[in-house]
Amino acid sequence: MPESFIDLLPELVYALGQTFLMLGVGLTAAILFGGPLGVLLFLLGAGQSLANRPLYLTLSWLVNTVRSFPFIILMVALVPFTRLVAGTSIGPLAAAVPLSVAAIPYLARLVEQTLREVPRGVIEAAHAMGASEWQIVWRVLVLEARSGLILALTVLAVSFLSYSAIAGVVGGGGIGDLAIRYGYYRFETDIMLLTVALLIVIVQIIQFGGNALAHRLDKR
Amino acid sequence: MNTLSLASDRCPVIELAAVQKSFTLPDGARFEAVRPLSLKIARGDIFGLIGKSGAGKSTLLRLINLLEQPDAGSVKVAGRELTSLGRSELRAARQKIGMIFQQFNLLQNATVYDNVAFPLRIHGRHTRAEIDARVRECLALVGLSDKLERYPAVLSGGQKQRVAIARALAPRPEVLLCDEPSSALDAETTRSLLQTLRAINRDLGVTIVIVTHELSVVDQLCSHAAVLEHGHLIEQFAVDGRADERRSALGRELAALSEERRWRAQREDAAAAGSVAGVLRRRLIASEAQQIPSTILPRASYA
Repeated sequence: MPESFIDLLPELVYALGQTFLMLGVGLTAAILFGGPLGVLLFLLGAGQSLANRPLYLTLSWLVNTVRSFPFIILMVALVPFTRLVAGTSIGPLAAAVPLSVAAIPYLARLVEQTLREVPRGVIEAAHAMGASEWQIVWRVLVLEARSGLILALTVLAVSFLSYSAIAGVVGGGGIGDLAIRYGYYRFETDIMLLTVALLIVIVQIIQFGGNALAHRLDKR
Repeated sequence: MNTLSLASDRCPVIELAAVQKSFTLPDGARFEAVRPLSLKIARGDIFGLIGKSGAGKSTLLRLINLLEQPDAGSVKVAGRELTSLGRSELRAARQKIGMIFQQFNLLQNATVYDNVAFPLRIHGRHTRAEIDARVRECLALVGLSDKLERYPAVLSGGQKQRVAIARALAPRPEVLLCDEPSSALDAETTRSLLQTLRAINRDLGVTIVIVTHELSVVDQLCSHAAVLEHGHLIEQFAVDGRADERRSALGRELAALSEERRWRAQREDAAAAGSVAGVLRRRLIASEAQQIPSTILPRASYA
């Protein structure tokens, strides 16, 4: 039994790399596109400075729609798009495409909710001092909500670690794929347990790191 | 309508003409917060806006820097019509109108220093050295030079309000709007806050407009006041004026308060004129006066 672990080690390291690649691309896309989308949703919301009900409802509907797809169906549905973007529909980079598409609205919604925690009066005070929308976003909203935003990103990272395991099913690779191939299909329970244990450790590290950073940034 | 417009007509820094503002309530009904009214506030004045809650005093205050856009009417501050300005012009104009709030509204994740620097940094034409000098100057003015690197969470309510005042003063405003600035503070802290506001008015010539439900604050701080009821401007007067000239209950109540304060001061003066006995009596009166809590209107009629 132990020698099978050692035999598996290179593959494990490789799978770990694939997992982090998928997570890295997905989270980066989420931050670059989902973050601004979340800010926009917040600003378009009722009572905010860019309040626009039709536009808010449209964007909100779009976010809900993408989020309502079961991830495996989204992945299959996006295959043509994935081929266009990644040049292939197999492998971790290809799997990162549907992961990103799912992560963007997910984070947008989390960001919108987090920003609602910023006291209205603080935003108003910034308006009274003559701050522009852009300055309010960066110097007020992001500053005041920063620990909440870190926690939102932590939630996203943990969810998408398990999403990336589903990506394994359609040839995405990664640690979850390893668990399914060796552990589930070949009934090698110990390997399945090992990979699950590894995933537990990664989740704990992400959550611990997120909590610690959020706590450090929170001066309230 | 204005019983006392002499002082304000002399040199108004704030001129509201026929402004009105209504809101749509969640149930779809209209709420007339400010019905068409005009108001002039003289440069260098300390002007109180009083009224029951829901009378429209806060909305009226927020019309002055256009935090609320009036449905109609004109808003002139320092000779500039604000309602016709574009977004960026309005942002520039707002530098001349400082504002402080009941809940202080400081950035919790920024230090005292960064909070005061905020209004200077967002109007990017100050050098780092200029900002540094101005921030230190303003914090010295409110007596918080030793708290530069603290975060608001570790400050007391009074200290937070002082940071807010320093922040409002940093861009050298002509007008300071105060929305219930002492309502979250205890009596002692309120007294010292009022001293600071008085000093700012006297030494920097900043015109102060204050909304409050505490008549004692108006009595101790303001030279003029206006009474609002259901969005109407009922009357305005000099705070030192006579009670029998007041039309509103609030106005008369305020006059009684002022009279009581003057009477107490006279008694102290008389005592001061006396000998050892006089000094003793004065001490007695002073300690008596301290025991009387600052007058806050009963909540039933006011809150």
